[in-house]
Amino acid sequence: MARKVVITGLGATTPIGGDVPTMWKNALKGVSGAHTLEDDWVAKYELPVHFAARASNAATEVLSRVEAKRMDPSTQFAVVASREAWADAGITEVDHDRLAVAFATGIGGVWTLLDAWDTLREKGPRRVLPMTVPMLMPNGPAAAVSLDLGARAGAHTPVSACASGTEAVHMGLELIRSGKADVVVCGGAEAAIHPMPIAAFASMQALSRRNDDPEHASRPYDLGRDGFVMGEGAGALVLEAEEHALARGARIYAELAGTSVTADAYHITAPDPQGLGATRALKAAMFDGRIQPEDVVHVNAHATSTPVGDKPEYAALKAALGKQLDSVAVSATKSQMGHLLGASGAVEAVLTVMAIYDRKAPVTINLENQDPEIPLDVVTTARDLPSGSIAALSNSFGFGGHNAVIAVRSI
Amino acid sequence: MASNEEILAGLAEIVNEETGLATEAVEMDKSFTEDLDIDSISMMTIVVNAEEKFGVRIPDEEVKNLKTVGDAVSFISNAQA
Repeated sequence: MARKVVITGLGATTPIGGDVPTMWKNALKGVSGAHTLEDDWVAKYELPVHFAARASNAATEVLSRVEAKRMDPSTQFAVVASREAWADAGITEVDHDRLAVAFATGIGGVWTLLDAWDTLREKGPRRVLPMTVPMLMPNGPAAAVSLDLGARAGAHTPVSACASGTEAVHMGLELIRSGKADVVVCGGAEAAIHPMPIAAFASMQALSRRNDDPEHASRPYDLGRDGFVMGEGAGALVLEAEEHALARGARIYAELAGTSVTADAYHITAPDPQGLGATRALKAAMFDGRIQPEDVVHVNAHATSTPVGDKPEYAALKAALGKQLDSVAVSATKSQMGHLLGASGAVEAVLTVMAIYDRKAPVTINLENQDPEIPLDVVTTARDLPSGSIAALSNSFGFGGHNAVIAVRSI
Repeated sequence: MASNEEILAGLAEIVNEETGLATEAVEMDKSFTEDLDIDSISMMTIVVNAEEKFGVRIPDEEVKNLKTVGDAVSFISNAQA
């Protein structure tokens, strides 16, 4: 019998709230974190996209000036979210050799990398900061969280584009089940609202161009969807072996029942149109968590608001859940906070845990004309979830054909 | 041409910016590593910032000889002379 793993701490810093209570209140209300970018580089580089969903709170509200200047913005977000999750878990004593970190990023320290390149070209090699390498490395967030909490059982960085955050939660479960750790701080962080990634994502036609109306640009499942909206921030969860949590009398949000990761091996960026890889991931996570389709009452969908991406996910959900899908409340929370790339799965894991704990499904905004080819029961005003034993799924898919799914069950 | 007092005050600001240490803690007889707990990466940042501030060049091989704040002040003062 595998060790049971529970979730005892949550943290987040996002475009719709700088901590979990604020984010959750807004997620149930339905707000947009997307706004016009005021930066001079938007006009300077004639970017085709003029808006994004910035984190609502600066990391320096939590971090000291000296801490912040030694961290890439992605690492700053990771430390902010993990400190909240750790404080929320209320762990006062822990064997640090049994505490691990699995903290993902999709892109890594892109601000640091490109600032250093600018410095090299403008001022020469002497002015390139000595902290550049530890700040730009993709394991920077995991390393910083490990250092911050004294986690010595390992610090890991799954990198699978927009599935990274969910894969980090999967890795956390595996670390505890395999006996390598008793407590894991897992999550994902991203800070890529920089002109280069915006230009690159725009170049591949992935971003919404609704420049005159940013708040309504992220519209998963709507016929008028035209791409995703860049977001930034971090989400973090404290996972704990159940016996460890019970021994200290912890408040338990939910059980992390099962997880899975699959690969499409279909195309480097396009999702398999039939959603076969996603279907296998959904079924594997449910099998892993001993969850039957009729247990599932809520799905936090990947749903990025791209014309091609939203449909295969529907096909996969239909294949995995069958007629139960008619009774599943589906939330597309990227409608509110945009797409946090490598952080999105972690933030959505936090939202999924809150949905199970609070028994409420968060809101999908901007759904005006639902795509008839995606007949999901989409939550547009906060909805109560049933009493009794319930389960929820959260999906993430990433460029490279990565599919990651977590299954959360009520306690 | 800066006086030793001016160089010390300038260095103290650079150290404060990099490490958060109070500027008063940066005194002539303090060792960067032993007393001020400055690691090698922070030291290089301080060196490069000092080069810019005082218009001098501090060669990499010289940095290991700058054990105390006073060593750095003397080096910068001589380099400016």
